Amino acid sequence: MLLTLLVFLPAFAGLLILLLPADRAGYSRWLALLGSLVALAISIGMFFDFQTGGGFQFVDRASWIDVGSFEIQYFLAVDGLSMPLVVLTTFLTAAAVLVSFSIEHRPRAYFACLMVLSTAVLGVFTAMDFLLFFLFWELELFPMYLLISVWGSGRREYSAMKFVLYTVAGSAFMLVAILALAFSAGTFDMEVLGTSTITTAVLPLGWVFLFLFIGFAVKLPIVPLHTWLPDAHSDAPTAVSVMLAGVLLKMGGYAIIRTCVTILPDQANDYGIWLAAIGSISVLYGAFVTFRQTDVKRLIAYSSVSHMGLVLLGIGALGTTAMVGAAYQMLAHGLITGMLFVVVGLMYERTHTREIGRLGGLARQMPLIATGLVFAGFASVGLPSLAGFIAEITVFLGAFQKHEWAVIMAIFGVVLSAGYILWTLQRVVFGPVRHEWDEADDQKHWWEHASVIGLAALVILLGVYPSLIMDMLDPAIGVVSARVAG
Amino acid sequence: MIQLFAAATGEVPGISEVVLWAIILCPLAAFAAITLYVRHLPKIAGYLSILAIGVSFVLSLIALVDVLGAGGGIAIYSHDWFRAGPLELALGVRIDGLTAVMLVVVSSVSLLVQVYSQGYMEGDPGYGRYYAYMSLFITAMLGLVLADNLFMLFIFWELVGLSSYLLIGFWFHKPSAASAAKKAFIVTRIGDLGLLAAILLIWTRHDTLAIHEIHDLALTGALAGTTLTLFGLGLFAGAVGKSAQFPLHVWLPDAMEGPTPVSALIHAATMVAAGVYLMARFFPVIEASPDALNVVGWIGAATVAVGASLALVQTDLKRVLAYSTISQLGYMMLALGVFGYAVAVFHLFTHAFFKALLFLGSGSVNHATNTFDMRLMGGLRTVMPITFWTFLIGTLSLSGIFPLAGFWSKDEILLEAWVNNKGLYAVAAIASFVTALYMFRAIFLTFFGTYKGGEAVDHEDEDSHFHGDPAHPHESSWVMTVPLLILTAGAIAAGWWAWGKEFHHFVEAAVPGGLHKAPDFSYWIAITSSLIAVAGIGTAWAIYHRGLVSSAEIRKIAFPLVALLENKFFLDDLYERAFAVQAFQRGWNRLVEVFDTTAVDGAVNGVGWVGTQSSRVLRHAQTGQVQLYGVGIAAGVFIVAIIVFIANPL
Repeated sequence: MLLTLLVFLPAFAGLLILLLPADRAGYSRWLALLGSLVALAISIGMFFDFQTGGGFQFVDRASWIDVGSFEIQYFLAVDGLSMPLVVLTTFLTAAAVLVSFSIEHRPRAYFACLMVLSTAVLGVFTAMDFLLFFLFWELELFPMYLLISVWGSGRREYSAMKFVLYTVAGSAFMLVAILALAFSAGTFDMEVLGTSTITTAVLPLGWVFLFLFIGFAVKLPIVPLHTWLPDAHSDAPTAVSVMLAGVLLKMGGYAIIRTCVTILPDQANDYGIWLAAIGSISVLYGAFVTFRQTDVKRLIAYSSVSHMGLVLLGIGALGTTAMVGAAYQMLAHGLITGMLFVVVGLMYERTHTREIGRLGGLARQMPLIATGLVFAGFASVGLPSLAGFIAEITVFLGAFQKHEWAVIMAIFGVVLSAGYILWTLQRVVFGPVRHEWDEADDQKHWWEHASVIGLAALVILLGVYPSLIMDMLDPAIGVVSARVAG
Repeated sequence: MIQLFAAATGEVPGISEVVLWAIILCPLAAFAAITLYVRHLPKIAGYLSILAIGVSFVLSLIALVDVLGAGGGIAIYSHDWFRAGPLELALGVRIDGLTAVMLVVVSSVSLLVQVYSQGYMEGDPGYGRYYAYMSLFITAMLGLVLADNLFMLFIFWELVGLSSYLLIGFWFHKPSAASAAKKAFIVTRIGDLGLLAAILLIWTRHDTLAIHEIHDLALTGALAGTTLTLFGLGLFAGAVGKSAQFPLHVWLPDAMEGPTPVSALIHAATMVAAGVYLMARFFPVIEASPDALNVVGWIGAATVAVGASLALVQTDLKRVLAYSTISQLGYMMLALGVFGYAVAVFHLFTHAFFKALLFLGSGSVNHATNTFDMRLMGGLRTVMPITFWTFLIGTLSLSGIFPLAGFWSKDEILLEAWVNNKGLYAVAAIASFVTALYMFRAIFLTFFGTYKGGEAVDHEDEDSHFHGDPAHPHESSWVMTVPLLILTAGAIAAGWWAWGKEFHHFVEAAVPGGLHKAPDFSYWIAITSSLIAVAGIGTAWAIYHRGLVSSAEIRKIAFPLVALLENKFFLDDLYERAFAVQAFQRGWNRLVEVFDTTAVDGAVNGVGWVGTQSSRVLRHAQTGQVQLYGVGIAAGVFIVAIIVFIANPL
């Protein structure tokens, strides 16, 4: 029951928030914080209780809809792959609540949406019934649409609609593939699907693989299915950007490992080279476009396209090392990019601009924000001793044998990221002081710094003590790669 | 997991592993404490940092004595760090002659620079931050030389890059400093691509990153052919970036935007020598590949030539020293290219002392005159006697005058080059003439003649912390002059360790292999190299002191050459303007961006547009007339029936 409690706790907190009377709306942020902190505590407890290498754990299983030969189950469980992602989600939810503490426009609805979003993502990472998984996957759209279109900025309706349409278009492919698998194997149970061999299906299995991949690749995102991401990021409020970059993109990478590769290992072998190639292209393409961005949030969004390309490169190599690296990159990118968006959000609240050309010299007036931006920037560049480096190097070391050229292309991303990040730092943080922000208060609220410091601490922890996560990922992914290897 | 390992010669040094880790962790603790707690208590931050590096220095000396006592043996302590599938990575420390020498060089120069900085950085609003960054740098540099495997080495390699970035950009409000910091990091990262590729290659082909295992692979011939050459060149690419070798040397002169003690420690004595250290560390690999060896030697020679020639035309004292550093690093690489493993390390060792001395001397001059522009100096010999005499000794040492430290190491490089590669010898010999010439040009412009008044203090600049009066320069305080005097002792005596090749035997034991035996001392080489240096000094005296030949005349006659030199061979323009800005940012990146917004995103919006338009047409079918819907249903059934009939003929 622990896992069920964890998954639905945020949504329950969201429900309570909606029930608050109008004159108590100010309590909504505290309720949200409480809910997210309790969820975080539960997930950390589970993390340390987790039996490394013990397969699926904390199983909650019940028959849900039984129609003849098909049984749809309520089936939640975590393994070494999903456990760290669950903690990442609860952690970033708490961070997202903290950075939203100053929200004044309809706070009850806002925090309720944020909490439902958290439940949806947790559901995706823990659902082991393919139809339940799909339900959670779709559930995430609803709060995201509202969060961007109501509390966003700029062309928010356009961006929110683009986000939804893109995901739904991908979901259509995904649903066809899910049904095809279920009709072929006679079950929606992902654990069974992931251990049995499917030879014949109502659709060619290559198509099934491709359809699933399209559905997930939109979320990742890959080039050329990425253009919703910069729009969504630039118009979303800070907390939503944190959730979007931090965990929503990871649903794509997680799902590709969990379903495409695990359920269809033969097809994964056939298409691995293409995955790696698309990954490398995303790394370079994303980096080139990042150089041209003038809005800080769009810049981070495009750099995400580049960094998530490494996830796909790692998955495409199919070996344990490379896929562990890919999973590690998801965690590292979630924390690092989450931190970047938090810091940029704080900066925006004080300067009211995200145009790089209008910024500069912030290091003097806002030393803490500047330090946060430099730290997160270097983490993003892949500085050793921080989380991103461990992920990058593990992907490279794991993938080099299998896809030499894809890796050689992708390591140029290492220089390119240094280029665009340091150039951005130079223009935003350094240089002569601009006196228009002399009055800006760097250290206004405790909650802002709590989230920055918490994220920074985790980025360092994952950079110097990788075994904490690697030992959990390794056996779970070892099972997958052994299946692929035959 | 712990393993011990002894070389063919010598015993395993008995030093405790804890001591070796403590050498790294002391400055790290200072960094953490300053960052978290005492950032706003500058004096305490300074003392804390000095105390930490003092402890590291003492422990380094203990390590050196211990390895000396063990006859140059090797000890390795390695621990599992993390694993992912077949990938297993370790954290470990390795102590041997090479590491011990590097530890002592790094910690001793660091200690002196940290003491000196108390005077130089006095009153700077970022004083605490300065000591935090310096502590971080020292941690990273000590970790780099202690690392027992390539992966850990790479981690500290990047961390010294970070601290270099932070310290070059220390005065970040100056656009030139912010720009120089970025340039340094990116240019060295281009070289690091090669190092990263080398790591991938050796791991993929030979499943190891441990230094002693890579040595064995190279010595037994298991690592051979293309893999060996590519691995060696990959390492060398990293070294080219970090040690500012041609054609990636362009970041080092700009790095002079950092505070002068930083230039002395990081951009002269230690970090920039890390590339030389890396090549020395993996010398069995380089040695086994004639191609790699040739590339190293000739890139080194090109760097010697480029650095020395550009140093001739600088008007900024620190930039003379920066180009001189590039040139001297070139000498070290050149030495490696002619099998001079021990000689290169020896030159690294002596160079650290006299170049740190010269940089700190230039800082002392700056403290008196508020400028580095030699055209605003002159005559400082009388008002700053300690600075002058120490600077002069450093210059003589750099020029290779008997019996100072630089004489011994430079002489051996020339000797090795003469024995192994006459072409490289010619470059090295000519450049040693130029070296003496540019250094004494600087001496005469700075310390002789009449004082030109320095640079007036800009009282508007809130960041300026200049206390004195540039019109009346004075000698610096004791915290600055004492480190100068101690370094002078090093610049004089550091070379004597090589007497009887003791130094060579000591560091040679650290790296197995056979070829790198230094040739015997040759009077012929020693005398010619001394004459060349004296000729350089005499030429500088004739032009810049006595004015026998007017430098303006030379400029006029050699105009095209001078223009080429003053524009730094147009390399900065080529890299930054032509490549980075025009070809890359405005050309290629813009092309990709336009493709992204018009083709990729255009297609997305196009699909949306088609959807909207077609629904605009199709909605006319929604008339609400049941008859029309009936017709539609009937037509549909009919079409389906036909399809079924075609698919399943009766």
